[in-house]
Amino acid sequence: MMRLATIAALGAALMFSPAAFAQEEIEAPHQDWSFAGVFGTFDRGSLQRGFQVYNEVCSNCHSMKLLHYRDLGPDGPGGGIGFSDAEVAAIAAQKQVEDGPNDQGEMFRRPGKPQDAFVSPFPNEQAARAANGGAAPPDLSVIVKARGKGLEYLWGEGGPDYVYGILNGFTDAPKGFALPQGKMYNTYFPGHAISMPPPLADSTVKFQDGTKATLAQEAHDVATFLTWAAEPYMEDRKQTGAKAILFLLAMTGVLYGAKRKVWKDVH
Amino acid sequence: MSGTPSTVRTNNRLVKWIDTRLPIFSFMQDAAMDYPEPRNLNYWWNFGSLAGIMLVIMIVTGIFLAMQYTPHVDHAFNSVERLMRDVNYGWLLRYLHMNGASFFFIVVYIHIFRGYYYGSYKEPRELLWMLGVLILLLMMATAFFGYVLPWGQMSYWGATVITNLFTAIPVIGNPIHTWLLGGFAVDNPTLNRFFSLHYLLPFVIAGVVGLHLIALRQHGSNNPLGIAVKGPQDQIPFHPYYTIKDMFGLGVFLIIYAIFVFELPNALGDPQNYIQANPLQTPSEIVPEWYLLPFYAILRSIPDKLIGVLAMFAAIFILFLLPWLDTSRVRSSYFRPIHKWVFWLLVIDVVALGTVGAHRPEGAYIVVGRIATFYYFLHFIVLLPLIGWFERPLPLPESIAAAVTKKSGVPSASAQPGAAE
Repeated sequence: MMRLATIAALGAALMFSPAAFAQEEIEAPHQDWSFAGVFGTFDRGSLQRGFQVYNEVCSNCHSMKLLHYRDLGPDGPGGGIGFSDAEVAAIAAQKQVEDGPNDQGEMFRRPGKPQDAFVSPFPNEQAARAANGGAAPPDLSVIVKARGKGLEYLWGEGGPDYVYGILNGFTDAPKGFALPQGKMYNTYFPGHAISMPPPLADSTVKFQDGTKATLAQEAHDVATFLTWAAEPYMEDRKQTGAKAILFLLAMTGVLYGAKRKVWKDVH
Repeated sequence: MSGTPSTVRTNNRLVKWIDTRLPIFSFMQDAAMDYPEPRNLNYWWNFGSLAGIMLVIMIVTGIFLAMQYTPHVDHAFNSVERLMRDVNYGWLLRYLHMNGASFFFIVVYIHIFRGYYYGSYKEPRELLWMLGVLILLLMMATAFFGYVLPWGQMSYWGATVITNLFTAIPVIGNPIHTWLLGGFAVDNPTLNRFFSLHYLLPFVIAGVVGLHLIALRQHGSNNPLGIAVKGPQDQIPFHPYYTIKDMFGLGVFLIIYAIFVFELPNALGDPQNYIQANPLQTPSEIVPEWYLLPFYAILRSIPDKLIGVLAMFAAIFILFLLPWLDTSRVRSSYFRPIHKWVFWLLVIDVVALGTVGAHRPEGAYIVVGRIATFYYFLHFIVLLPLIGWFERPLPLPESIAAAVTKKSGVPSASAQPGAAE
């Protein structure tokens, strides 16, 4: 408890000390996204490929605790990512889920069901930390809403830009950059020293729909999938919004006419 | 039947029967239909009713959000996300509420600056103004408590920094801090009491809004000319004139609100708040929501913590004294050749403070922050009284009706009460 109080006080102290955490940050370059703009929609093919990248690569270290396998199917939020119920059941069944306790009071493992949450790679944060050189891989459920800066964030595209940037941003450290032991150099990571080794390269996965698995393609698809995961109702939201705004424009126009008429004899 | 007969204009016998016994219909008729308003109110006068509507929107969406929310450090973040995913139109409720807070403040800040420009706080409306400042204070507290509830990084660290300000009080600061938090640091007890207060305060605000309206009705609305209503020729009934004008204004407002809710729902938020609160990891920057930034900038502009805290609170409390700091006999800045421009200096100053508050205190931001803080207090304590004494106001028009008809060039016949009704 006292330790927390100390940290809290430290936090307040930091507020008054300029540039305590000043880090060099390079904004990831802006990409073209199918979901951008007022009428943007998710490219279903890209979503499914992106899920494949997450499922085969990212999920080895990164959890997505807020998602359930059912979300991927037709009854999922925002209509899922285009998988049928049978496909969702098959994806879930490949996972082993801890359940219980049973009648004997024992926990047991069983194949996953659509209603299960995405299985996390580590049982707890300490295990995740221990297995990854002290840095726990962040949960990816809402990562695109938790990253990004500036105007792109304002438009809801800063997060996907960042994810894409990180996945493509691994290079050799420039001369004179003191890279700590066990860290990688990434152009777009704040402070550049990232704990994650490059997770994707050309042909890291073999796409089921035959799309050529370049690094750029994989990164683009997984960023699209993560955007859907963070905002599964984005399409509904934007389409409802377009109708609501059109209605409001018409209503306001009528009200303006009424106002003019009512006030005619006062002015 | 004895007693006063119902004055409600209707042929409906049930309504008449009820109104004779419980005069709610004639009350509404008096308050929202026949109520006389100055005939010259411009669109800046729309923001009072907009603020009332925003309060209702916030309370209604908030009640439904509370049905899905779990005020516990282990579940708060996930319960909010679950609402966005697994509850029908939960995303809409939340984005309405989240952006609603920002729009409530936009509306109220415009309402306050309108009152300032047209001298609406001057005698006999001092208490009306002071109740308004009290509403602003309550809104800030409510917004602060509400921002903690999703239990993101900025929720946690914002709460930590703001509650930490109380430790600046000498001697009793630390015990007060512990007492407010329910512990030595922001934790589950803090979250629980903040949730309780966040649910309570909007109804307190509604109560003070009631007093605000009673005070308003006592002397009626001020108007852009700032001169008193002299007779019925200066007035028009609230309905239909201001009902339709408020409805049109509401339409315009809702369009802008909807653009944010549906198209840019996170534009006014901080990405850090989509990371669950972590007491062991301080974000690189801790910033409050935009509507508190000017006050945050004042806090940070002063190197001494205690004086900084006092200055921040003084920046709000000085508004209570505005009716007496402004020594001008004339209400409306329309007739005040100097104050008219000095008003805009204050607007620029507050915007500058807001910008400074959003950035790390380094380099030019420190300098600008200090100058802007200095000017803020200079404006109210020195400039305002002096200008009131030395300024020569323009001649005031004879009456509202005279000014209105002169401006539009319509023969004075149309200014007669008969034409207005």
